[in-house]
Amino acid sequence: MKSDSTSPIPSKENSAESSDDSQVTQLPIVCNVMLLSDLIKKNSVRVVDVRREEEYNQEHIRSAVSLPLAKLLEHDSPTDTREILENLGVGDGYPVVVYDDTFGALAARVAWSFQYIGHSNTALLETTFGQWKKMGLETESIPTSFSRKQHSVNINHEIYADASYVQAAQNSPDKIIIDSRERLNYLTEHIPGAKNMPYTMVGGNGSIIRNSEDIERYIENRGISHDTEIIAYCGSVGTLSGLTYYALKQAGVKNVRLYSKSFKEWKSLGKPKEEINDANYWDLSAE
Amino acid sequence: MTDLNVEATVNSDSGLTRSSTKQDPMWGKIEESENFAKNVKHFRQKKLADDDFRRYRLQHGAYGSRLQPNYSMVRIKVPGGLIYPDQLEKIASLSEAFSIGSAHISTRQNIQLHWVQLEDVSEVIRGLAEVGLTTREACGNTVRNVMCSHLAGVCPNEKFDSTPYAKAIARFFLRNPMCQNLPRKFKINCACCEDHGLARIADIGLIPSIIDGRRGFRVYLGGGLGAASFVGHLLEDFTPESRLLATCMATIRLFDRHGNRENMARNRMRYLVQELGWEKFQKLVLKERSIVEMTTSTKTAGLFDIGAEQEESLSPRALDIKTVKLPIIEEQVLPDGAPYQRWLHGNVIAQKQPGYFTTFITLAAGDITANQLRILAGAIRNLSEEASARNTPHQNLAIRYVTAANLPQLYSKLASIGLANPGALTISSAVGCSGTTSCNLAITNSHRLAKEIEYRFLELGLDTDDSLRDTTIKISGCPNSCGQHEIATIGFFGGASRVGATMAPTYTMLFGGDSGEFSVLAKPIMRVPAKRVIDTIRRIIELYKEERSFGGSLKEWIDKIVRGEGIGKVKDIEGMKKLLSAITQLPPADQEPEMYRDYGNDIKFSAKTARGECAA
Ligand code: SF4
Repeated sequence: MKSDSTSPIPSKENSAESSDDSQVTQLPIVCNVMLLSDLIKKNSVRVVDVRREEEYNQEHIRSAVSLPLAKLLEHDSPTDTREILENLGVGDGYPVVVYDDTFGALAARVAWSFQYIGHSNTALLETTFGQWKKMGLETESIPTSFSRKQHSVNINHEIYADASYVQAAQNSPDKIIIDSRERLNYLTEHIPGAKNMPYTMVGGNGSIIRNSEDIERYIENRGISHDTEIIAYCGSVGTLSGLTYYALKQAGVKNVRLYSKSFKEWKSLGKPKEEINDANYWDLSAE
Repeated sequence: MTDLNVEATVNSDSGLTRSSTKQDPMWGKIEESENFAKNVKHFRQKKLADDDFRRYRLQHGAYGSRLQPNYSMVRIKVPGGLIYPDQLEKIASLSEAFSIGSAHISTRQNIQLHWVQLEDVSEVIRGLAEVGLTTREACGNTVRNVMCSHLAGVCPNEKFDSTPYAKAIARFFLRNPMCQNLPRKFKINCACCEDHGLARIADIGLIPSIIDGRRGFRVYLGGGLGAASFVGHLLEDFTPESRLLATCMATIRLFDRHGNRENMARNRMRYLVQELGWEKFQKLVLKERSIVEMTTSTKTAGLFDIGAEQEESLSPRALDIKTVKLPIIEEQVLPDGAPYQRWLHGNVIAQKQPGYFTTFITLAAGDITANQLRILAGAIRNLSEEASARNTPHQNLAIRYVTAANLPQLYSKLASIGLANPGALTISSAVGCSGTTSCNLAITNSHRLAKEIEYRFLELGLDTDDSLRDTTIKISGCPNSCGQHEIATIGFFGGASRVGATMAPTYTMLFGGDSGEFSVLAKPIMRVPAKRVIDTIRRIIELYKEERSFGGSLKEWIDKIVRGEGIGKVKDIEGMKKLLSAITQLPPADQEPEMYRDYGNDIKFSAKTARGECAA
């Protein structure tokens, strides 16, 4: 359902949004489509589309701005992320909802980066762009931009892990390292001591994250208590593990960190790996 | 008799809405998922001893993965091999979430999910219960999945459809207290006719028969493949259907009482039959059956309700045969001909119902991805008029009740997901057990070898050569015969050969096995290096082709040689061995290091195994 775009103007500058800070909605971790539609109508949310620019230009959720994941990852530093937020017209505390069309993993990584520099009022959209469209919700094709806003940096150290943090956590009984890659990749090699919880386990079934009840049960089955700190990583840039981050948060795990540079960095640093070599499990795959 | 829990009850809030298959039993139970989760925790907390947990785990279908006790192979029972689209979809999701994103169809019509973390097994059990499936008694010393010929109901030679009987047996013995702790696993196979099915390599094998208008079976007892194999013995000329349950119960009770519980290597029922001698065992069974018949309450007998398993007029009406001729099935095709024709020729057969066809999906060694499962489920729903499929012991899937008009559509659907390979019913469709991909007992990568054979033979177009068509190739990764190598025309089981200080993966090649009512066990011929298996089979085909005066098929030629009746160059096994000696010779390691590595490994071969669990 595209809104009429007979106007020849290639881009629209939107400044008619509510700026009354006391009215600002505090978003949940995952934002449902009802809430987002409502906020869009009230002009009181910044919707961020992290797909490629071509895709965004073709069609996007109404009022969404474009931030391809690659652009965020280009420098992936707090100052750059701040710059990005400012350019998207997001001031401190303003509600931000992020979406993609890749089962939520790309959106999760972007949303996490916003949270990392202190923009806690960031939520993941519960569904993908494709689903949004299928539901007949509002989309448009004219690119949108907003006037620049000031944003501060207030690093949230609690949600970040680097290689040395992960290494220290390996011997800590109250910390668990979770590898979000698929099972066969995990079996091939992983960070020693890491447990595998493939992203396919937290996602799926229509919405990008399974219902919390299921995820809580998975965690419970694995004997992980809600007070345990979990550090998630995946193959290269923290997208799959970004989704794990949100799924665990949503399910009520208090302390979750993302090792955003993930296994790619771990390997490049020459750190030890654990491998399962005694079986030819790859030959079971029908891929 | 509330303990005799054959009424498969399911938690009402588990979302069971399979309206199209209301009459089908719901085999799974949600509470078994909860109990499994609890027991895993107790095991981790050391409140449950290793052996107790192991037994419990196997009873619930979770087999330890190769040298990695924290992972399981979850075996999903598919009674009679009969599977529905919503079940395939669920298996797709479960394999993505908790396994490796592919599922595997086994030679006993189970579906297996590999490398599932032990802590997630309960979730798999839960998901399966939601669609009526169970892993209960898929492993362990229990009555395993009851097999049924995938052609039952459509086979032109069958006396009647044996599917409802297979399902009634499965339902009666599932969770039945009388078979929770047998001396060893127990297998029941149901055939459709004397040609198809695996009735003679099971503890109990059934072949439908009609005498004077009465339905019944020829019952075979004490067969089975393994390190020592036997074909089953015929109990009596005719067992009427009214005595089927009592006969099965009597056999299981005898085995339970007299079976060997000490020596794990010799505790399958076939050894008991061998020790007692067939005549004595036969007498004991008949006597025990009278006791069973006298002492079984009508209430218990009533639980064995074949009527409950009868499909409600599922069989679609016959079509007008003139409109549905499909001559290509019978005709010669060429490897470079149209792919669709080649697929029709090697993957489709006519049913006894005029106008309907059974199509076979070629799966390399039984593996299928989650995505393929999903699309396939849709195709089955739309294009099979019985809206279900059957797993075959050849590790393929059979989609039945397809009309001629729907075949092209089915083919293009399959082609769109890479499932339209030809040759499912030909020599190229090699069977391979899981081998070193996941099995503790495996010595070689039989699974990959089967795939390599299939790829190579399809590339060579051997599937289009009708003289090779009835030849079967089956491979096991060790002598235990899960790959059913002993009923193959050309079978292989994995081992290791030592040359000096170096080990090489090798297979023992066997000739002349056959299944069906006239099953023959294959004879060991010689050892072949793993990386020479394909060349050796091709050399055998060459030798056969050189024997121009012989008019029969490769299979018939091999059978003759095994019996020492070969005409021409190869007279007998010794003659064959001589001609193959050069190609099967293991070259020195420094000349051909490749011969000392198995498929899927770039490191030197070593034979590592751990305690087997199919025995537990
Ligand atoms: S035949 Fe041997 S290797 Fe193959 S699955 Fe059975 S036990 Fe394992």
